[in-house]
Amino acid sequence: MAYDAALQHDEHHSEHREGFFHRWVMSTNHKDIGTLYLIFSLTMFFIGGSFAMLIRAELFEPGMQLMQPYFFNELITMHGLVMIFGVIMPAFVGLANWMVPMMIGAPDMALPRMNNWSFWILPFAFALLLSTLFMPGGAPAAGWTMYPPLVLQGGDAIAFMVFAIHLMGISSIMGAINIIATILNMRAPGMDLLKMPLFCWSWLITAFLLLAVMPVLAGSVTMLLTDKFFGTSFFNAAGGGDPVMYQHIFWFFGHPEVYIMILPAFGIISEIVPTFSRKPIFGYKAMVYAIACIAFLSFIVWSHHMFTVGLPLGAELFFMYSTMLIAVPTGVKVFNWVTTMWKGSLTFETPMLFAIAFIVLFSIGGFSGLMMALVPADFQYNQTYFIVAHFHYVLVTGAAFAIIAGVYYWMPKWTGNMYSEFWGKMHFWNSVVWVNVLFFPQHFLGLAGMPRRIPDYNVAFADFNMVSSIGGFLFGASQLIFLGVVIHCAWFSKKRAPARVWEGARGLEWTLSSPPPHHSFVTPPVIDDSQLAHGDVLH
Amino acid sequence: MKSNNLRRVMAGIAAWLMSAAAMANPVPWQLNLEPGVTSESRSIYGLHMAVLWVCVAIGIVVFGAMIIAMVRFRKSRGAVAEQWSHSTRLEFMWTIVPVLILAALAWPATRILMTQYNTTGSDMTIKVTGYQWKWRYDYVDYFGKPIAKVGYMSKLAADSNRIRQLGSGLNPYSISDHGFKDYLLDVDRPLVIPAGVKVRFVVTAGDVIHGFWVPPFGIKKDAIPGLINDVWAKVDQPGIYRGQCYVLCGQDHGFMPIVVDVLPKAQFESWLAAQEASAKMDEAAHTAQAVSTTPALAAH
Amino acid sequence: MAQQGVYYIPHGSRWPIIGSIGLFAFMLGAANWLNGNDDFGRISLALGALIIIGMMIGWFGTVIHESLRGTFNSQVDVSFRMGMMWFIFSEVMFFGAFFGALFYTRMVAVPTLGGDSQGLGLLTGHEILTNHFLWSNFAPAWPTNGPDNVGGNFSTMPPWGIPLLNTLILLTSSVTVTIAHHALRAAQRGKLLIFLALTVILGATFLYFQAHEYMEAYTHLNLTLHSGIYGSTFFMLTGFHGLHVTLGTIMLLVIWLRCARGHFNREHHFAFEAVAWYWHFVDVVWLCLFLFVYVL
Ligand code: HEA
Ligand code: HEA
Ligand code: CUA
Ligand SMILES: [Cu+2]
Repeated sequence: MAYDAALQHDEHHSEHREGFFHRWVMSTNHKDIGTLYLIFSLTMFFIGGSFAMLIRAELFEPGMQLMQPYFFNELITMHGLVMIFGVIMPAFVGLANWMVPMMIGAPDMALPRMNNWSFWILPFAFALLLSTLFMPGGAPAAGWTMYPPLVLQGGDAIAFMVFAIHLMGISSIMGAINIIATILNMRAPGMDLLKMPLFCWSWLITAFLLLAVMPVLAGSVTMLLTDKFFGTSFFNAAGGGDPVMYQHIFWFFGHPEVYIMILPAFGIISEIVPTFSRKPIFGYKAMVYAIACIAFLSFIVWSHHMFTVGLPLGAELFFMYSTMLIAVPTGVKVFNWVTTMWKGSLTFETPMLFAIAFIVLFSIGGFSGLMMALVPADFQYNQTYFIVAHFHYVLVTGAAFAIIAGVYYWMPKWTGNMYSEFWGKMHFWNSVVWVNVLFFPQHFLGLAGMPRRIPDYNVAFADFNMVSSIGGFLFGASQLIFLGVVIHCAWFSKKRAPARVWEGARGLEWTLSSPPPHHSFVTPPVIDDSQLAHGDVLH
Repeated sequence: MKSNNLRRVMAGIAAWLMSAAAMANPVPWQLNLEPGVTSESRSIYGLHMAVLWVCVAIGIVVFGAMIIAMVRFRKSRGAVAEQWSHSTRLEFMWTIVPVLILAALAWPATRILMTQYNTTGSDMTIKVTGYQWKWRYDYVDYFGKPIAKVGYMSKLAADSNRIRQLGSGLNPYSISDHGFKDYLLDVDRPLVIPAGVKVRFVVTAGDVIHGFWVPPFGIKKDAIPGLINDVWAKVDQPGIYRGQCYVLCGQDHGFMPIVVDVLPKAQFESWLAAQEASAKMDEAAHTAQAVSTTPALAAH
Repeated sequence: MAQQGVYYIPHGSRWPIIGSIGLFAFMLGAANWLNGNDDFGRISLALGALIIIGMMIGWFGTVIHESLRGTFNSQVDVSFRMGMMWFIFSEVMFFGAFFGALFYTRMVAVPTLGGDSQGLGLLTGHEILTNHFLWSNFAPAWPTNGPDNVGGNFSTMPPWGIPLLNTLILLTSSVTVTIAHHALRAAQRGKLLIFLALTVILGATFLYFQAHEYMEAYTHLNLTLHSGIYGSTFFMLTGFHGLHVTLGTIMLLVIWLRCARGHFNREHHFAFEAVAWYWHFVDVVWLCLFLFVYVL
């Protein structure tokens, strides 16, 4: 019975009879759905990036040139929400969709229809969110952290924002469930957990983080909704509530969220570095434990976002220590990557270039994070451009660079064509130069005392803001190269890619043809330990 | 504006070069934190520099190793990959060493934080209330003696406010105060405190969350409607010190600066006496006071 | 892993996109309604609800049909189980947010406002200041509607009346559903149907009493959603729980029909187990509610 079902289904697909609608909208195929996620993410990147360009344009020089202050606040709020929920997270889910089944020898995700649903909720969620920009009251303007009471002053937009976030939550939760079920249940015989590629490991743990915190976010925004429309007093001291309580609930979600946005990046880097070092990943088990350790710690550090709200001394100390501790497992990862490169045989194709940039620039972002973990010092950094610099180093040159690296690394496998190495390198060098021109001066601005979330500033901050803006425009423009490379590779490239695209590449995904068959594995493959993505882990 | 660009740059670089001399207000091209004018702000500065150098050192080691690897172990130079893949001793080492480094940093941080949190023994209390988009300062007591009805609002200075309007066409560089270009960092009525006295600020807000931050003092506390936070400062040098509201509080968040005028003790006391005297007869002050003491309600 | 040595992938389905459209219409309607855009709001909301219900019937219908055709191998079965398990886990976290709010207000917020330095604020002394400068008229207490007596004086639901009764009802329902499960395993059809029916009835009774309790609160006790932090936590917690009981009861009803149709056999009855798990989860949540909201 089951046998027939699978076979019939398969030939039905291999003939590719189905039409556009059937293939893309009714899909149960992990590759097509992965593609949808990635396209969605890229689109959102350009939208969120355009907001960022407007922000940088207004901050180009002192004085208000382009917009009213309130609209500026709408822009930063939308920029934050779109970039986090619309770009980084969907991109990672897209990559997981494409690669996880191929890496563990599965035909597809465990729950393919739900997989399709998780994606198709997203466009509607963002339609709701972005529609607020065109509303009379304007979009939400209290920052992506949506602190009450300020956020409750917003107009009609609040309800739309809250429901949009509910939808994103539903989508992420279903996505996470799917990935957990896939990894725990669909592995080919002999693909033990500790033989999985690190990308699968990082995603498995990330999925648990998602399950644990997305519902909490849903809860916190629900309380915002009832406080605004149903007269509850959760965040109103006069009614016995507490505005600070929102911050606790939000950051209980918010901090794990930032690791949700970096753990899969760690996974991608841990795939790329060994490949181009032609050397097994160093300390595979340590890498796995480090991810688990970071995930655990991420639940007990949330108040480092609240050092100035007047927590008890004991709480400040606890959260300072726990936050500093995270530097240790993260360091283990960095050191292992470096040691993987040591005594390897390195080549520097575009994915490797982005991976190396990731290691350096993410570490710099991490360092500033560690500085902010020291409470007394954070009293000077808190809510300044120093933080803006911190989280763009970990998010843009961290998460986003890792995603770009992953796309260059796997795109030949997906499309069956090689991308243009020359333009890839062009994209890299432009990005890496301009992103630093864009964000490094923001450290100085923060230290000199420029608060974040302001549309205008004292003239002393003028010079570095201008530098930063110029870097911003050029970094943004550089991303157009990326767009070009992707389109060229998908449709115009004449250069065919072999099954094992990269000389040093190991793992099941490279045993499949490029592009891979519609259903990656119809029957479980045989695992050959020597072909796995890392060294023999048994001793 | 373009014309004096170069001069600004030179001035900036000069200022930054001799930044050893504690300067309180931001200057062009400023690269680093300033030591500030309180013992707390100076110890923060020390901690900041310490952790900064630790990170630089670690960065040099880690990135240095990467660079060496990238140079020495490139395929193009005929490097052949080794196949070893783990070493428990290494993993152990680079777990322990960072822990020790972090402990070394946590220790001074803890010490500093404890003094910062210790508001006992302060000789003066001022109630600071944030509103959209101005500050209110109420003098509560001075050396144990309660102060009657001295309090006032403090908001962005008129000239800055005119310039910052969208499309005003006015030049932000055009205004200054004692040579400091104070665009957006100037108010109609500064907060006045005595030098050399431990002042306790009790911070709250009337509508949404604001933030009370005076960088040269190294103090920063959220002003939260319905709750009180306290923070203290003991400024040794008289002078004018500037800060801003740092918590997004709506449309004009960027336009509610904080300016503190620190007077020598004697001078401050006469100022305070004058204030109390005028407050006695000034009816307006009464009503304003009444407003300020009604419980702050979170906006709905 | 793949016992049959071959994997199963379901055919494409139009239900996911229909579900998304339904959710969209629903949320769009809700948002418009809240913003006073009543007519469009209500219509869109209702439309969305209908689409979602239709989607569920259709989607589950397909799956049931497939499972009856025996299309699913045991690997798919395991995937389904994991899916349900982790879905329930996420539900637990959702309630966690609201319980967190309850604990936080009771242990931190209210003591702070009331100047009770026994609260967790101890080390800052902020409770003293906060109370002295802003809320000197307020003494910490629970239940409370805050210093401003938001929503006016109210009295609370005595735990040992209806709430206790409801506790017993849900506990028994957990027992009956388990008995039904055993009956299913032992292929005793009659017993299965009777005890499953009992469970449904108990669930319905619980809901009836809950509704009654809300009436009581609104009409006699002046305990409403507006009654400060107590009203907020009370109604949000019990309300979301009630919502879950409603869902659970409907699911049980569906399962009863499927049992009556003989959809399940002794080995192959995942749907039954899933709903049973869900029911136990709802039950446990209630126990926490009874303890922390009513008794303590
Ligand atoms: C991908 C996202 C991401 C990541 C990975 C991190 C990582 C870290 N973050 Fe960051 N953070 C954000 C995203 C992220 N952050 C965002 C978005 C905000 C702002 C939210 C808002 O307010 O809008 C924020 C804000 C933020 C704050 C709040 C600042 C404030 O509001 O006052 C703090 C404070 O402690 C902090 C700390 C840290 C620390 C300690 C790490 C650590 O995990 C870093 C660990 C890494 C390293 C330390 C480098 C590598 C390690 C070595 C080379 C080993 C040796 C090193 C040492 C022993 C020092 N972050
Ligand atoms: C992963 C998340 C992510 C990413 C990728 C980015 C990317 C960028 N971000 Fe930001 N950012 C956040 C997450 C992110 N950001 C968050 C969470 C906040 C906090 C919000 C809050 O305070 O609530 C924030 C806030 C923030 C601020 C502070 C606002 C303030 O506090 O006042 C600034 C200011 O410079 C900024 C700039 C940028 C820029 C220039 C980019 C660039 O990297 C963008 C580059 C990409 C493009 C430009 C798009 C692609 C190109 C085109 C569209 C072509 C057209 C453009 C040209 C030809 C020039 N971001
Ligand atoms: Cu007041 Cu920002
Ligand atoms: Cu954090």
